[in-house]
Amino acid sequence: MKKHLITSLLMVIWTTVLLGLVYPLVVTGVAQVLFKDKANGQLITRDGAIIGSRIIGQPFSGPGYFHSRPSAAGNAGYDAANSQGSNFGPTNQKLIDRVQRDLARLNTENPGAPVPADLVTASASGLDPDISPAGAEFQIPRVARERSWAEEKVRRLVQAHIRPRQFAVLGEPRVNVLELNLALDGK
Amino acid sequence: MTANGWFQILLFLALIFLLTKPLGVFMAKVFSRERTFLDPVVRPIERLLYRLTQVDEEHDMPWTEYAITMLMFSGVSMLVLYGIERLQHFLPGNPQKFAGVDPALAFNTAASFTTNTNWQNYTGEATMSYLTQMAGLAYHNFVSAAVGIALAVAFIRGIARTENKTIGNFWVDLTRGTLWVLLPGCVVYAVLLVSQGVVQNFRPYDTAKLMEAQHVPKLGTDGKPVVGADGQPLMDTISDQSIAQGPVASQEAIKMLGTNGGGFFNANSSHPFENPTPFSNYLQLLSIFAIPAGLTYTLGKITKSPQHGWAVWSAMAILFLCGVTTAYWAEAKGNPLLKGVDQQAGTMQAGGNMEGKEVRFGIADSALFATVTTDASCGAINSWHDSYTPLGGMVPLVNIMLSETVFGGVGAGLYGILIYVVLAVFIAGLMVGRTPEYLGKKIEAYDVKMAMLVTLVFPLVILALTAISSVEGFGASSISNPGPHGLTQILYAFTSQAGNNGSAFAGLNGNAPWYNISGAITMLIGRFFMIIPMLAIAGNLAQKKTVPASAGTFPVTTPLFAVLLVSVILIVGALTFFPALSLGPVLEHLLMMAGKTF
Repeated sequence: MKKHLITSLLMVIWTTVLLGLVYPLVVTGVAQVLFKDKANGQLITRDGAIIGSRIIGQPFSGPGYFHSRPSAAGNAGYDAANSQGSNFGPTNQKLIDRVQRDLARLNTENPGAPVPADLVTASASGLDPDISPAGAEFQIPRVARERSWAEEKVRRLVQAHIRPRQFAVLGEPRVNVLELNLALDGK
Repeated sequence: MTANGWFQILLFLALIFLLTKPLGVFMAKVFSRERTFLDPVVRPIERLLYRLTQVDEEHDMPWTEYAITMLMFSGVSMLVLYGIERLQHFLPGNPQKFAGVDPALAFNTAASFTTNTNWQNYTGEATMSYLTQMAGLAYHNFVSAAVGIALAVAFIRGIARTENKTIGNFWVDLTRGTLWVLLPGCVVYAVLLVSQGVVQNFRPYDTAKLMEAQHVPKLGTDGKPVVGADGQPLMDTISDQSIAQGPVASQEAIKMLGTNGGGFFNANSSHPFENPTPFSNYLQLLSIFAIPAGLTYTLGKITKSPQHGWAVWSAMAILFLCGVTTAYWAEAKGNPLLKGVDQQAGTMQAGGNMEGKEVRFGIADSALFATVTTDASCGAINSWHDSYTPLGGMVPLVNIMLSETVFGGVGAGLYGILIYVVLAVFIAGLMVGRTPEYLGKKIEAYDVKMAMLVTLVFPLVILALTAISSVEGFGASSISNPGPHGLTQILYAFTSQAGNNGSAFAGLNGNAPWYNISGAITMLIGRFFMIIPMLAIAGNLAQKKTVPASAGTFPVTTPLFAVLLVSVILIVGALTFFPALSLGPVLEHLLMMAGKTF
């Protein structure tokens, strides 16, 4: 009995060294050598300052930008140190109210067009970097109007930013909002 | 539902089918201590570890000794985890200067990770230091998985051995599962994940200047807008984004391969840093089922009845397809209460019920993930089950209620389904009026009693605690979604913890004293109380003589057996939980169709 207890203690100590320290350090070393940018979060810098991560969404509210999805992470949404979904159940009145509020706004921006589901639903992470191609298409008239551009010009930019299914099979087509807005501003 | 969605789902099952045999053969070799291609590298490490920890690798244990060493190791490692959490502010690897975790939460989390549950009442990126995540939480992801595999292998030996008192050496099984299976798999897998964009660093959190600063109403500590002296709401300007970092990929790999499921970040596998691309998502799906599926072949190989392994595999595959079909159908239909929203799938959007889902995964990959993570006792999520439609959300719940026997947790899934196999063989024996046999072993009163103990304690704990929590203020006050959905939240919480799954209807506030303590105890019962009767059966079977198969033997290698096994699992699961399910998701579905909200 006492022998097993000693072995338990020693086993915890030595396996912690191997699995809890050596393993993550080795993976970090390999990752930092082989995929430095990806291992550090694909940060985008402009003029020496970090302006975001390529794969973490940001909030946008100005009419001249494409807007990200609703986010439940933090007060302004997109708090990347506090990832969170709404966790509203399908019959929760708060969900219905939020969706109706957003619908009312979107319907004045682009009257008559069907509102794609992803534009009025909160993402799982609260940090979803993407909207669906339909979600981008829906916003083209507003962005073009605000910037006094031809819709076709904005649409070409959107088309260039549609990322197809990975290996033509996996996931869903999508548009990265931050990259699209950076392109709009010519950055 | 789309053709592409179905293609992704069926391709997934096909790939699991292809992985089953090679992995099963490999694990059979590892645990029979035969030579493998990894020996030149790993064998010296194994020998060194035995020397350092005073293990005699030639010693074989009876089931009681096996159980005691397993309990001691789990107990000691759980205490160490509790200590690391409480003392993390004195330890290195804490660039965000997080305080020590408070006692109730630290106890819940220690129980959670020791039992392979990974129920999380905390927000990872705002609570746990890098060292706690690596050396505390990810470490337990390794060893709790290795313990699970060890137990499954011990059970298989119990079936395969005759007139023998022993079922293997716990330390050897633990070590070999870690060094041959989990660790090498994770090194390769973690690097693959980084190539997709999963982060792996020790940076303090980065601060980004938002492209467009946001003006939003200032919120008080109660979450309500703060009003100024003039009656106008005060505004806040948010111009920075703090970006959480950390050694995520190394933890992510074992989180999935060990069917643990505890996210580095709160949003788990929906977080772009934990699961950035559809391919990383697919890898995660495959890695949940890989070892559990392989173990069905290991079962067939060691008991010299590969057909039986495949029969068990088929029963699992049938239940998997039932679950994923229901979840995909329900989620693709969308939420009828969201009037005026275009939820129709097309070339431009995935459509469906997108609340709590990510665009890159859409409906098919989300429904598939929810099914797989609860078929196995993984509990990672890439979409919030709480926001699923009532029937879509019922699938993960029912999956866990079936004791996660559909491939199941690493090891736990196999010994879970073997309990049902014992019951199925027993029922078949009753039908033909003969003493039931299983792979040449007579199944007698002792074995069936132990199997029933396991099947009865599980619903008893879940239903009793759900009942108490839904009528008492300390339980019901944590509900975030009123109406029948609130009952489902509580039912899901205890089912997930008793089943050692770890996924949640996460709107429920679990970080309250009642849920922290009752949840921790539920997880410990769900793990260790199940294991002991299971090891007792293994020990008992090992001692028995082999009886040659006769005309009256019910064959366990046929499609008929697979169907019987599926029926037993569904009848035991469905009958026990049907009343509770009727009051939760079924009622909510009917009310939703009638247009009712809460």
